[in-house]
Amino acid sequence: MSTSTLRGRRRSQLGILLGPASAFLAIFFLCPLLIMLVYSFLEPGLYGGAEWAFYPDNYGRILGFANPEFEDYDPVYISIFLRSLKIALITVAATLLVCYPAAFQISRLPDRWKNFALFLITLPFFASLIVRLFIWVLILKKTGFANMVLAGLHIVSHPLELIYTEGAIIVGMVYVFIPFMFLPVYASVEKLDWSLVRASQDLGANGFQTFWRVIFPLTLPGVVGGSIIVFIPALGNFIVPAVLGGAKVMMLGNLIEQQFLGARNWPFGAALAMLVMAAVLAILFFYIRFEARRGDDAPVLR
Amino acid sequence: MGTHIVQLERATKAFALPEGGTITALHGIDLDVERNEFLTLLGPSGCGKTTLLHAISGFVQLDAGKVRIDGDDVSDRPPHRRPVNTVFQNYALFPHMNVGNNVGYALDIAGTERKERNQRVGAALELVGLAGLENRLPRQLSGGQQQRVALARAIIARPKLLLLDEPLSALDRNLRQAMQIELKTLQAELGISFIFVTHDQEEALTMSDRLAVLNKGVIQQIDTSRTVYDRPTNAFVASFIGASNLFEGTAARSGGNTLIATADGLRIEAACSGGWKPGDGAAATALIRPEQFSLVGPGAKGPTIGIDIEQVVFTGLNFQIHGHTPSGRRIVAIIAAVRQADVASAEADGKARLGYDPAAVHLLPDDGTAAAEMAA
Repeated sequence: MSTSTLRGRRRSQLGILLGPASAFLAIFFLCPLLIMLVYSFLEPGLYGGAEWAFYPDNYGRILGFANPEFEDYDPVYISIFLRSLKIALITVAATLLVCYPAAFQISRLPDRWKNFALFLITLPFFASLIVRLFIWVLILKKTGFANMVLAGLHIVSHPLELIYTEGAIIVGMVYVFIPFMFLPVYASVEKLDWSLVRASQDLGANGFQTFWRVIFPLTLPGVVGGSIIVFIPALGNFIVPAVLGGAKVMMLGNLIEQQFLGARNWPFGAALAMLVMAAVLAILFFYIRFEARRGDDAPVLR
Repeated sequence: MGTHIVQLERATKAFALPEGGTITALHGIDLDVERNEFLTLLGPSGCGKTTLLHAISGFVQLDAGKVRIDGDDVSDRPPHRRPVNTVFQNYALFPHMNVGNNVGYALDIAGTERKERNQRVGAALELVGLAGLENRLPRQLSGGQQQRVALARAIIARPKLLLLDEPLSALDRNLRQAMQIELKTLQAELGISFIFVTHDQEEALTMSDRLAVLNKGVIQQIDTSRTVYDRPTNAFVASFIGASNLFEGTAARSGGNTLIATADGLRIEAACSGGWKPGDGAAATALIRPEQFSLVGPGAKGPTIGIDIEQVVFTGLNFQIHGHTPSGRRIVAIIAAVRQADVASAEADGKARLGYDPAAVHLLPDDGTAAAEMAA
């Protein structure tokens, strides 16, 4: 068989294998995304919908160059963005703090217990997210379990405002995203070569030096991967703040949802969504740059 | 302080098995390692040789006994506070650091001043023949080069003792032989003791000043390569080092010589110059190395053994003749390649008469149980 037909066959195989996924993404992801992009530059209609006119002031409302004829620049959007960023970063830090040491412990268990522990980590996926979040409502509400225990132990005299706070959102987010952080972190901890740790000790490094110079750099891909996988959905999450933040604490996801469904201002909602995506893409860009610098043994998002 | 760089006193270590019970890896081992000595620990897998090495480097805490390095009792010190360095079996190079940072690791930890550190890294790399490769990553190097980096990394801090844990096992044969000679030269150059662990008896014979043969957590014999090969103290050592023909039987005096009568009717004559001499009627095992045999004609003087030839293997240097006696006992003989004509005619006959010099027969007090265990 000549090489050209062989190459042709490879190409057609590639087409068959990648075709369905590509077509699906093109129709159901790229097209809607383009529509949203176009929408974000359209003028909002008076009673919902959009007028066919170029209108950059959707972005202006958020970033500070609003057209005063129609809308005012409102810093509340930037502050919601910053709050979402803060909550997402705290979520990343907290899940990492929980998962990183746990990954070491679990990776050193005997195989049987290891698999059981991994099963436990993925167990929450078997129950509905909404149900799991409403359990937190039961725990955190004024007459809920947490306040009952605190009052019962005479630690507080009046029930604390636990629910509908930033703290409640963070607790919920950490709870939801722990499995997402754990799996990539665990994957890189699990394949850590412990003979390198021994080599480090043999060459005179104490525990802290060995951690800082060998263990941490070698597990960093998992840490970075897990952080991104948690950060991106945490930034745009709207279920957790909707359930645990109520109307008091709003995040980007709720804001966007509200614009689309409540205010019926699709162009403004689209502009907000585009800005969130731009921020996420910027972060991903730095991640890819970082991975490229690490060289070819670095794992991709996993 | 004494002259010994390492002293093990009654070193004992047992490990718990996952399925319950324990396995004794070190059975009260006493070992003195001389300064500037190349000592090899040889034994089958599970004999305790790696545990012994780890007891010295600190990765294994002894249950009982002491480890002294250069006179200091280091039994309770963690690995990073012992003046020894190790070349690991799979090199254990840090994959995220370049060669220079791998080699300089011990100096970076010790906080050595930058200029001196770089100069010593350069010198160590030059010593192992890798000058100028500081900026490569380990994965960009060949196996042999990685091996050398591991070596440079282990000697840069000028340890009092270098431990090598089967460092050559991943290399191909030619490279391994070249590295054996290089290691020996390096050891002489550095003037420090090397303790080298291997399960490869040829490697052990090539490199060591002294050789310690371990089995079941006990040192079976420790002596020069030559002595261990020629005068093994028991059947285990005899059969582990080199190919061996072992004849278990009962001793009887005959003139100046000893005759070993085996159960299957062979009579092996031994001159017993030096070494152990069995009394009349004592159980003894005669050892004849394959290369001690020669092909002889029917009218030959001296003792002989007749065999039926099963197979003749030409190895390049010599012929290996595999056969058995009429009673079925396996015999291996090695005949020099220059005797090609005799080998060919014997092979055509399917029979050979093997002569040996009674002075080359070594007698072991062992009744052969160790050999039987080896086979099992």
